[in-house]
Amino acid sequence: MAKQKKISKAARTYLTSFILVGGFWGAIEAVKLSGGLSSKAAGLLIPVCAYIMMAISLNLVVGFLGELSLGHAAFMSAGAFAGVFFYNTAGAGMPEGAAIVLAFLIGGLAAGIFGVIVGVPVLRLSGDYLAIVTLAFGEILKNVLNSLYIGADSAGLHFSLKDQFSLNMEPTGKVLMKGAMGITGIRKFSVFSVGILLIALTLLFVLNLMNSRAGRAITAIRDDDIAARSIGINLTKYKLMAFVSSAVIAGFAGVLYALNFASLVAKKFDYNLSINILVMVVLGGMGSIPGAIIAAVVLTVLPELLRGFSQYRMFIYSIVLIIMMLFNRAPAFVMWRQRMALKFRSGKAGSEKEDAGKKKG
Amino acid sequence: MQFLSYLVRGISLGSVYALIALGYTMVYGIAKMLNFAHGDIIMVGGYVVFFTFCQGGMNPWLSMILAIVVCTLLGITIERIAYRPLRGAASLAVLITAIGVSYFLENGAMLLWSSEPKSFTSIVSLPALNLFGGSLQISAETIVTIVTSLVIMFVLIWFVNNTRPGHAMQAVSEDRGAAQLMGINVNAIISLTFAIGSGLAAIAGALLLSSYPTLVPTTGAMPGIKAFVAAVFGGIGSIPGAFVGGILLGIIENLSKAYISTQLSDAIVFLVLIVVLLVKPSGLLGKKATVKV
Amino acid sequence: MKKFVCVAMSGVLAASFAVSASAADQIKVGGIGPTTGPAAIYGTAAMYGEQIAVDEVNKAGGAVQFDWKFEDDTHDAETSVNAYNSLKDWGMQILAGTVTTNPCLAVGAEAVNDNMFMMTPSASSQDVIDTGDNVFQICFTDPNQGTASADYISSKKLGTKIGVIYNSSDAYSSGINTNFQAEASKVGLQVVANEAFTDDNSTDLTTQVQACKDAGADLVFLPIYYTPASQILKAANDMGYKPKFFGCDGLDGILGVEGFDTSLAEGVMLLTPFVATSADKATQDFVAKYKEVSKGDTPNQFAADAYDVIKVLAKAGEKAGITADMSASDICDALKATITDPSFTYDGLTGTGMTWDASGAVSKEPKGMIIENGEYQPIDGESVSASTEAETESE
Repeated sequence: MAKQKKISKAARTYLTSFILVGGFWGAIEAVKLSGGLSSKAAGLLIPVCAYIMMAISLNLVVGFLGELSLGHAAFMSAGAFAGVFFYNTAGAGMPEGAAIVLAFLIGGLAAGIFGVIVGVPVLRLSGDYLAIVTLAFGEILKNVLNSLYIGADSAGLHFSLKDQFSLNMEPTGKVLMKGAMGITGIRKFSVFSVGILLIALTLLFVLNLMNSRAGRAITAIRDDDIAARSIGINLTKYKLMAFVSSAVIAGFAGVLYALNFASLVAKKFDYNLSINILVMVVLGGMGSIPGAIIAAVVLTVLPELLRGFSQYRMFIYSIVLIIMMLFNRAPAFVMWRQRMALKFRSGKAGSEKEDAGKKKG
Repeated sequence: MQFLSYLVRGISLGSVYALIALGYTMVYGIAKMLNFAHGDIIMVGGYVVFFTFCQGGMNPWLSMILAIVVCTLLGITIERIAYRPLRGAASLAVLITAIGVSYFLENGAMLLWSSEPKSFTSIVSLPALNLFGGSLQISAETIVTIVTSLVIMFVLIWFVNNTRPGHAMQAVSEDRGAAQLMGINVNAIISLTFAIGSGLAAIAGALLLSSYPTLVPTTGAMPGIKAFVAAVFGGIGSIPGAFVGGILLGIIENLSKAYISTQLSDAIVFLVLIVVLLVKPSGLLGKKATVKV
Repeated sequence: MKKFVCVAMSGVLAASFAVSASAADQIKVGGIGPTTGPAAIYGTAAMYGEQIAVDEVNKAGGAVQFDWKFEDDTHDAETSVNAYNSLKDWGMQILAGTVTTNPCLAVGAEAVNDNMFMMTPSASSQDVIDTGDNVFQICFTDPNQGTASADYISSKKLGTKIGVIYNSSDAYSSGINTNFQAEASKVGLQVVANEAFTDDNSTDLTTQVQACKDAGADLVFLPIYYTPASQILKAANDMGYKPKFFGCDGLDGILGVEGFDTSLAEGVMLLTPFVATSADKATQDFVAKYKEVSKGDTPNQFAADAYDVIKVLAKAGEKAGITADMSASDICDALKATITDPSFTYDGLTGTGMTWDASGAVSKEPKGMIIENGEYQPIDGESVSASTEAETESE
């Protein structure tokens, strides 16, 4: 009985997630065809896709592994810089398609490697100490990328952590990455369908992982690591698996995001971005993939919708955030909502699927 | 001598971190939540002192007391409205709400007082201390900040160990449910903790700005994060740990600026933090938590 | 909750997705800059500057009338592109922005794509105008400022041992410093200390000041904004360290910092295009109006640059004969042709006889100023000629 219920729940998550994403894609494409898609909405598409991936990816760590990460933007940053650096240099001479695919692979790989570097020491810790160490790694990467200068001349690549001057390049050399200025002059690549494809792949991977033997082991570790260890689950292996998978997805998201803009700076991937992604996960309900998707869309679009309030924009955003958290998570409100839900039980069944279609209407 | 003077600068910065970290660690130790808005309460305290003392010409003591009162009330109000309804919810939910409060305070301050920087006049009007015939100078602000944070540290330790509310705080920190069963008003104790933490933030704000005079709505954000790091460094929840962590963090930051790289000082600070936590996972003076099966 | 939010959002989303129709005889000019967040002082100043200029243009009742809207980008490239798109939906035909460099690069790429004319008040990196031929600057480029500063210091023999304190996490500051270093080694200035700070560790700048002191620097170059500079001046004073200080246009505004002891800034030299205390009528009118709209603040160079951008657009627009019913791309072509025409010059708050070449860089004279008795005075009453050099650089 219990098993059967679990499978049906998994199937439901599959269904909801894919209907959400498919509906999102369909709705946007339909509006696009009709010519009614505003520039603002069009410009938001790729960032929204990237944030959806980030939210799903962080959900792996926070929701399924049950560890708090405050430095998730760092993996996005690692992916973004590696992917874009490749795309802008070696990728420039390649056919577009190959360059894009390789850029994504390199970005994912870089983020994965960084994930292993962070993961091995970090996973020895737990709770708030783990959180602070992820924050620390994020700040270190940001700080280093912010001071990193890379140049190329006939002698090859030059690196410096100080300034452009200490690259010691030939006068004809080209500076490829300029510290605080980051990488500029990126050839833009923003195709919405690629974003959706990446989300779909992410979903497929994450949902499969969750319903596999490994996924159950990860959930077991979250629920009780001592019990999990006592039945022979290799904690380090599974924790690292979840952590690194999450990093790789974040790396892909980073490449997707960075290719959408002509300039890329390390400052973007700071602690605030990590927090924003965390907000998406918590608001969407930890461990809930459809919730993370919806929250990612809402929180990316919300500040843009508040543009009309000009200087009051971020002020209102903060109030909305507090109210949403209270409404969503405060025990008193949750009880109240459950009572209300009981009252309207009959009208509730189809609402989640409707949401998917309505959202982008 | 150069080294000594860099060291003194590090201690000066560190004592400010220590003062902020004490507030952080109090709230964390008892309410078990990371109050990310702590840095922004510092900023509010700074503005109160700026408008009353620096501009209004009020007596510095009076101005300080006013700032403490304002921040205490602010802290209690925030706790009542934004955190208390979430008691019993996942700790992450409270963390996110705290971030919301932090955005609220920063943006509110910007609307109220504009983002134009203000230059703070030091509330300490004592001359600097000159040692070794003037080759080593220790500013009065530094001395006052160190003394203040030491005094506050000892008062807090005394308070927690020797008074009834202090004992109640320890009980709440140890086991909230059991404390409630023993007749402790948990909500009142947590309110009290926030009141103390926020009052300390006001003092920290005034002293932070006396040493480093730029006041903008985001003034508290970065020192807040650094102080949080300092608190973890020393063992979060431990009062002496916060002090030691703060001082060490300031010294490490300034010495790495002086001798390694000014732009990578943050990376170095965080690297040291990681190494410390890996060797001693509960911080320098933190209690080792035993996990019960 | 999710459902509730979704239902609420879908309505608003639908509303925001609709392309807004534009129907007015005014040309729609958009501005973008940070009006919230840590860089808000710069964006807010630019916003007020543009607002004042638009009001003046419309009041004067010339052939070109502006409908103007300013959007916040929080100094972030992503938000800046969103702001740009949002303005496009509003019907923007000319962009007067963006204020800060990194967002400007991202927005510039979009504007090139749309062939939207843009003139930035203050994004000073060379990369900005390299983005495309429709991107113009009214501020000096970083190479110009860095090179001019080094030349000026060396030719006036202001110092022999130079210390530099700059913000390595800021594109403006590190850009100027790079060019300053290059020129300094060329003209034989000895840089004894090159100290950086970042936005994250700028709480305490005393270590950097002490490093300059210990290195024996007799002139400290500050290619930074006035907020950290005010802190550096105080730290130096507390240490009893009294070198000459030399800065760029970012230092302008230091006298307006509330609560700052302006006596600390005595003797500070800076190259700046705009001086709020200047006695000429245009500046004084502007300062008065600015105080009114900003409720008491003194305008800095961002405000003045932004004001000039709008005025340039109005002047060039009238000359080019642009009208509200033209497409953004047509307006862009017309403005480009007019503004790069050698016969087009503009006199404004931040310079006289400004001209533009096809690269998009402005040619104007920075003024060498020294702070005496709490006011700017021209150094020797002569201005620095750096514009010629900038032109060769940008070629």
